[in-house]
Amino acid sequence: MSMLEVASLSKQFGGVTAVDACSLSLEQGSITGLIGPNGSGKTTVFNLITGFLPKDSGDVLFNGQSIANLGPDRVYALGIGRTFQLARIFPRLTALENMLVPMRRQGLRGLFAHGHRHDERTRAMDMLATMDIAHVAGLLGGALSYGQRKLLELAAVMMVQPQLVLLDEPAGGVNPALVERISGHIRMLNAQGVSFLLVEHNMPFVMGLCNDIVVLHRGSVLASGTPAEIRGNAAVLEAYLGS
Amino acid sequence: MTRLVTSTPVKLGALAVVIVLALLLPVFASDPATTNIAVFVAMYVGLATAWNIMGGYTGYISLGHAAFFGFGAYALGLILAHLGIAGGYEPFLFVPVAGVLTAVLAVGIGWVALRTRAATFVIVTIAMMFMVQLLAENLVGLTGGGAGLSFPVPPWTGDFYNNPFYYAMLLMALVALGISWWIRRSKFGLGLLAIRDDEDKALAVGVPAHAYKLVAFIVSAALVGMIGAVYGYYVTYIYPQFAVDPLIGLSMVLMAFFGGLGTLWGPVIGAVILEYIQLNFAYNFGASQLYLVFYAAVFLVVIRLMPRGIVPSVSGLITRLSSRQAVGPSDAAGSAQDTHVLAEPSP
Amino acid sequence: MTLILEAVVFGVLTGGVYALMASGLTLIFGVMRIINVGHGALVILGAYLSYALLSSGAHVDPFVSLLITMPAMFILGVVLQLAFIRPLKEDREALSVLVTYAVALGIEGLLGFIFTNNFVQLNAWYQTASFAIFGFHIAYVYVFGFALCVAILVAMFLMLYRTPFGAAIRATMLNRTAAQLVGVNVDRVSAVAFGIGVATAAAGGVVFGMTNSFDPGSHYDLISRLLTIIVLGGLGSLRGAIIGAVVMLIVEDLASVVVSPVWASFAFFVILVVVLVVRPQGLYGIRVRERI
Repeated sequence: MSMLEVASLSKQFGGVTAVDACSLSLEQGSITGLIGPNGSGKTTVFNLITGFLPKDSGDVLFNGQSIANLGPDRVYALGIGRTFQLARIFPRLTALENMLVPMRRQGLRGLFAHGHRHDERTRAMDMLATMDIAHVAGLLGGALSYGQRKLLELAAVMMVQPQLVLLDEPAGGVNPALVERISGHIRMLNAQGVSFLLVEHNMPFVMGLCNDIVVLHRGSVLASGTPAEIRGNAAVLEAYLGS
Repeated sequence: MTRLVTSTPVKLGALAVVIVLALLLPVFASDPATTNIAVFVAMYVGLATAWNIMGGYTGYISLGHAAFFGFGAYALGLILAHLGIAGGYEPFLFVPVAGVLTAVLAVGIGWVALRTRAATFVIVTIAMMFMVQLLAENLVGLTGGGAGLSFPVPPWTGDFYNNPFYYAMLLMALVALGISWWIRRSKFGLGLLAIRDDEDKALAVGVPAHAYKLVAFIVSAALVGMIGAVYGYYVTYIYPQFAVDPLIGLSMVLMAFFGGLGTLWGPVIGAVILEYIQLNFAYNFGASQLYLVFYAAVFLVVIRLMPRGIVPSVSGLITRLSSRQAVGPSDAAGSAQDTHVLAEPSP
Repeated sequence: MTLILEAVVFGVLTGGVYALMASGLTLIFGVMRIINVGHGALVILGAYLSYALLSSGAHVDPFVSLLITMPAMFILGVVLQLAFIRPLKEDREALSVLVTYAVALGIEGLLGFIFTNNFVQLNAWYQTASFAIFGFHIAYVYVFGFALCVAILVAMFLMLYRTPFGAAIRATMLNRTAAQLVGVNVDRVSAVAFGIGVATAAAGGVVFGMTNSFDPGSHYDLISRLLTIIVLGGLGSLRGAIIGAVVMLIVEDLASVVVSPVWASFAFFVILVVVLVVRPQGLYGIRVRERI
């Protein structure tokens, strides 16, 4: 049984079909790239999987359980995290507090749990240290540079140890040195057992990092396979460049 | 020096002193005029703090909290009337019941209102308030309608009369502050602040936003309802438009804003200062409508000068002063931008 | 049956003035993303200005007085926007609510001081003239008022959809940043839009004042209805404001006839609740969703 299975998922906005009977599956431990020309529906698929948009038809199964109708907080509680195309953090909370917000299956017990528990703080600081941003722990999110926000966003999502993380353009808008670091962090986390599905336009980044690639075109899967297979696929090339 | 002033033992000491002074107030200022002011100041401290639990922590501005205030008053009045309770200390025991009933109302109102966000939410709360006011006016058999509802009159006399009410209001204010403090340091409170900053992002990291908002709303409403109940008992006779009074609903919001939205002490400071000003205006200009004009003018000036409220502005000033001491004038910005290797050109 | 027809007719006639007032309010929201909680007070201010002109030696007819009050209130609107709204930087939406509420209180106090709290009404010399139709009477003032509201609304639509400035307003309403990028002076658009909104409040004040008695405190009830209408119609939608106003007033008048007058205004808010449960963004509003 694959970890994540998207089965014939469809979504329309008015007259526009953004996702068209899209089907794909992810195995545990993989790093999968989701690529495709602009407008092919990649972020919409993300939003459907993580519960930000209601589906029109089809299903999304996580470890065999249907999650298509769950809200984002329930999806996160089940173990799927995500980052956003433009890195989103909480600007009026400190970086450390940003790390302490993510919660899993806590609900109203949160009323009685201390917000800054010692063990959580330690783990948060450790996490920040592995991302090399421990020194900004006390700064407000709004004061961080974009690169720091990206790293913080990823670190925070990891706080409750999700099984699968959806990354929306993790290499977008940052300098090449940081892209390398991010790639390294993903590899390290993957070695610890976290699976990734990432949307990216940066081809070298994707080809170098992912062991599986899925190509989306006009809302449905055009091709899938290893980076080498995709590189050689004529249909993919045509989709990107047009005929 | 600033580090000494803001250290925890000093803060706790100052707090203890303030509480002791507040408790002893009727002893060294026992005339009814002063204790009356004290009742209202304590009332607004409680109201602003309670409102802040919703408006300040979640960022959902409710302009309809007067509905809960009036409902609490009517709830207590009706309970006392139906059970035939006489004036005295007994009515105070039923205040928590009024609070529970107000919480039930809040579930209903919250369930509808929280389906909306931002600007729409504000308007819906206003509409809800007018609905409650209309109900109070029109359910004549229940509430007495425009003729009002009376409370049992306590047997106390003279200078002592205001004191039980003052202590009741003070207790409510302390309870509200305690709950506000508890929430703020809890994971729940962190979730609320996250919702305020970016609700969708909060959902994405597992914060059950809908449930959390509703709980904050209910807690806030119940506290306001209990304070309204004490108020009703204090004034002995309530009418729909003065119990569900938009001005009271607005005042608690103003005070929270003025003091600093989302902070713990902001609403307290805002309430003390603004209520003092408001009462002064009422005494000096109350007879004429100019009282409203002056109140509005003061408020507009304050918003222009300190849009973030007192507590954030003052603490920002303290931070700037202390960082200037520690580092030097060049780094005097409150939050230093990290100019490390991570800084890259914006796209 | 006649009663029901009468209720519907009056619902439409009074819906017109609420449509005008609500349009101004929703325009202000659409352009500046602020809730002008003082709109009711501005309507009442307009009514009192016309009242002053009517009661003066010149006995200016309320409709004629608009020639003075509308430009005057337009300027007032621009001044208010520049003085109190534009300087708001952080937390604009929330602070603007408080600021406009403060303005409303200030206006209420001033009017109370000058005119006292007695109820008044704009009584033109033809106030009681009416005509019979379908078995009931309609006073001419209702029809004139309705015609005026329609005229102003048509003028507003023409301005919005046929003039370059109107296009600038619509652009700002749709996407403030994008409008700036194509050269629209959004600051000036905001100030003028606010002025237009307040000017329509002056007109609304005349019609409202001719068909209702009012005092300085009347703005509370008025603003609660106007806010309900624009939420029902969808914040920022003019079409929604107009339809919402007419629907609300018809239902209210019907409720008054069918159930009882006492519960009529309650029906008003019940509609709002029902709509919000089914469609939180209102009839013509868009679902507000952060860009994800």
